Amino acid sequence: MKLNKTSRNFKILDAFYIAMMILPIIFGIVLQVLTKPVSEGIAITGARVYFTIPMPVQDFPITESQVNSAIVMVVIFFFCLYITHGMSKKIELKRQHLAEMIVEKVDSLVKENMGEYFMGFAPFIIAIMALSAFSSLLTLFGLYPPTSDINIVGGWAVLVFFLITYYKMKCGPINYLKGFAEPVALLAPINFISEFATPVSMAFRHYGNVLSGSVISVLLGSALAGLSSMVLGNLPGFLADVPLFQMGIPAVLSIYFDVFSGCLQAFIFAMLTMMYVGGAFDLETYKQKKARKSAKNKQ
Amino acid sequence: MELAIGIILGCCALGTGIAMIAGVGPGIGEGNAVASACEAIARQPESKSSVTTTMLMGCAIAETTGLYALVIAILLIFVAPGLLVDLLVNTMNGLK
Repeated sequence: MKLNKTSRNFKILDAFYIAMMILPIIFGIVLQVLTKPVSEGIAITGARVYFTIPMPVQDFPITESQVNSAIVMVVIFFFCLYITHGMSKKIELKRQHLAEMIVEKVDSLVKENMGEYFMGFAPFIIAIMALSAFSSLLTLFGLYPPTSDINIVGGWAVLVFFLITYYKMKCGPINYLKGFAEPVALLAPINFISEFATPVSMAFRHYGNVLSGSVISVLLGSALAGLSSMVLGNLPGFLADVPLFQMGIPAVLSIYFDVFSGCLQAFIFAMLTMMYVGGAFDLETYKQKKARKSAKNKQ
Repeated sequence: MELAIGIILGCCALGTGIAMIAGVGPGIGEGNAVASACEAIARQPESKSSVTTTMLMGCAIAETTGLYALVIAILLIFVAPGLLVDLLVNTMNGLK
């Protein structure tokens, strides 16, 4: 058995998975270097459009954020394959501990926040968490993070909105409409607005956090460039171009804005998804309704 | 024409600054939340993990109003000037 795990085929497959985790990122960097227009100084730009596919109603643009989120998906897919490769009942590889830890953590998180009924949601929650966290962490490679594009995050928020509505409808459409008249019928318009405010606020929260981080990083970078040219600008020769203050200081900020904030927003997005979807469903009412229905069918 | 464009640009910048006053609210709110969380952890150190999770959630929710202001500010400073100047130039050309 031990020999089997270290056999040549096993190692080749491992190397393939690792290569497939790294290659998409290199592809993204190469694509960015090839297509990025040469610009003077530091600029704040949105996602670049690579090309557009003509469509009958509206042209369909392929943007940087779409390509980068596809890269993230490929990386996560091969990462999952890698850590679950060579699993066995008796743990032989260290990566199996990591895989088991992730699954156990997510299971307990979902159980705690949504209840036993929603245990099937655990893969969805970890998928959305990983997608969001890895997308935000893409800035570390100098790529455009897809989460700072409202279209990507808005798509996830719309998905969550549909889930919420589905689980509210599960107790019957009459119950769903009755939910708008809580606690007083007079508040129905406000409840109706707050129904649509949920996805909007989720999308804006995530996108605003990531985008504000990159905007502040760019502003600080240009400010530090100005400061170092002010201090060293009068010196002769190459000394005037030494980026004295741009060394190191932006990296400290990047730890907060890119690493911490990105992971935190991923966690918060997943937590809010769990809370909204779990809160939209009333298990007691559903059980009563089901019991009534089955009693009716028996008669 | 130049004066009109100048007014547009200046007012967009002013509006951005005014919109970001909303950043005061989340600052105070999050400060209160973290202060209370510190007190709770000091009183019951064993509940640290759940208090921290709840606090982060609450901070994220409290931050929403500030982020609305941020989105409006970003729209005002990056999108609105171009749109409005284009609109102005087009209407002026149309009048001619």
